[in-house]
Amino acid sequence: MTDSSKTLRRGPISRLGGWVRGTIGGLGFFTRFFLALLGRSGTALRRPRLVSQQIHFIGNYSLLIIAVSGMFVGFVLGLQGYYTLRRYGSEESLGLLVALSLVRELGPVVTALLFAGRAGTSLTAEIGLMKAGEQLSAMEVMAVDPMRRVLVPRLWGGIIAMPVLAAVFSMVGIMGGWVVGVVLIGVDAGAFWSQMQGGVDVWSDVANGVVKSVVFGITVTLVALYEGWQARPTPEGVARATTRTVVVGSLAVLALDFLLTALMFGN
Amino acid sequence: MSREKTDFWVGLFVLLGAAALVFLALRAGNLSTFSFAPTYSVSANFDNIGGLKERAAVKSAGVVVGRVAKIGFDDKTFQAVVTLQLDTRYQFPKDSSVAILTSGLLGEQYVGVTAGTEEDNFADGGKIRYTQSAVVLENLISQFLYGSAEKQGSAPAGDAAPKN
Repeated sequence: MTDSSKTLRRGPISRLGGWVRGTIGGLGFFTRFFLALLGRSGTALRRPRLVSQQIHFIGNYSLLIIAVSGMFVGFVLGLQGYYTLRRYGSEESLGLLVALSLVRELGPVVTALLFAGRAGTSLTAEIGLMKAGEQLSAMEVMAVDPMRRVLVPRLWGGIIAMPVLAAVFSMVGIMGGWVVGVVLIGVDAGAFWSQMQGGVDVWSDVANGVVKSVVFGITVTLVALYEGWQARPTPEGVARATTRTVVVGSLAVLALDFLLTALMFGN
Repeated sequence: MSREKTDFWVGLFVLLGAAALVFLALRAGNLSTFSFAPTYSVSANFDNIGGLKERAAVKSAGVVVGRVAKIGFDDKTFQAVVTLQLDTRYQFPKDSSVAILTSGLLGEQYVGVTAGTEEDNFADGGKIRYTQSAVVLENLISQFLYGSAEKQGSAPAGDAAPKN
């Protein structure tokens, strides 16, 4: 019996089955984790100070990297857009190109990727180390729910910080595109802004970009918290969890971005 | 860091985000062109609207007087039904005509209103009788090509005609 089960376990089909079961189980656990956090979110309203601390930690400290990246992305968009548009003699559309690509796609997506690297990893490592240091267990012993006390404020901090960061990214990027396009290359400033205003719709472009950034904020923060919460309480386990946060978070953001884009701008 | 200091920086952070959103909406987006003035709507049938889109401008003498609210299709007459939302400040005579024009050679399309002479003005929900469809560049080019081809073809025929 033990012999046959051993050969079964090693077979490729049962390995596939095990993988499928593990994936579905992981997804279910992830969903229950999310629902448990949502169910405990009342803490965020009762103790807003905890959330504001997390916004400070997650948001304010990420501001510099987001702003600098946004500026350079805007610079590059301005240059590349100008070189391509010049072939068709429509350099005036540079503003529209820069603004649309930033507001619709690059703002939310690049911010989310940077956010996963900058804030997500620190969340995972922090919670993983709390777990390894048995601080979470100590909280439970003191009848403090670590989900309420530790995870919920971080989740809401991330959800609030992410759209702010994405908006700052888009704004700085547009300014960067303006610096390269108008100031350095000499595209007509009036055409740059008026084409942008003519083509960027507040609801279908700006608002959808904000919706995207909120969704990405939930995704990245949740993945980071989940990985930290599930990390094996060893140095190696925390290291792996931190890596997985970046990998899983980034892939989830890119896949979700495709879905959201297809839904929002499909027709 | 003390509580007040943290709160201050968080407040500043959120304000910065709000400012960025306002910038995106007003400077980059078209929120500034939204008008909250009362409007009335009139509809017009076109044979071809070309690339006209919803929320395109309605201009008279180059001044924006309204926006395109809705574009539909009438399967009885096989025409496009364009609903225009005009600013109540601007009233037009009933026999005014509308045309779909293009700003610049390849720019955005808009609806141009040319005022008529009648006494009565458009009523809310009224219908514009005189419309002119969009100029489709392909048709224009093909007309031009056929026209020049016909000229070349008809030159010998014209020579032949007097002989008969």
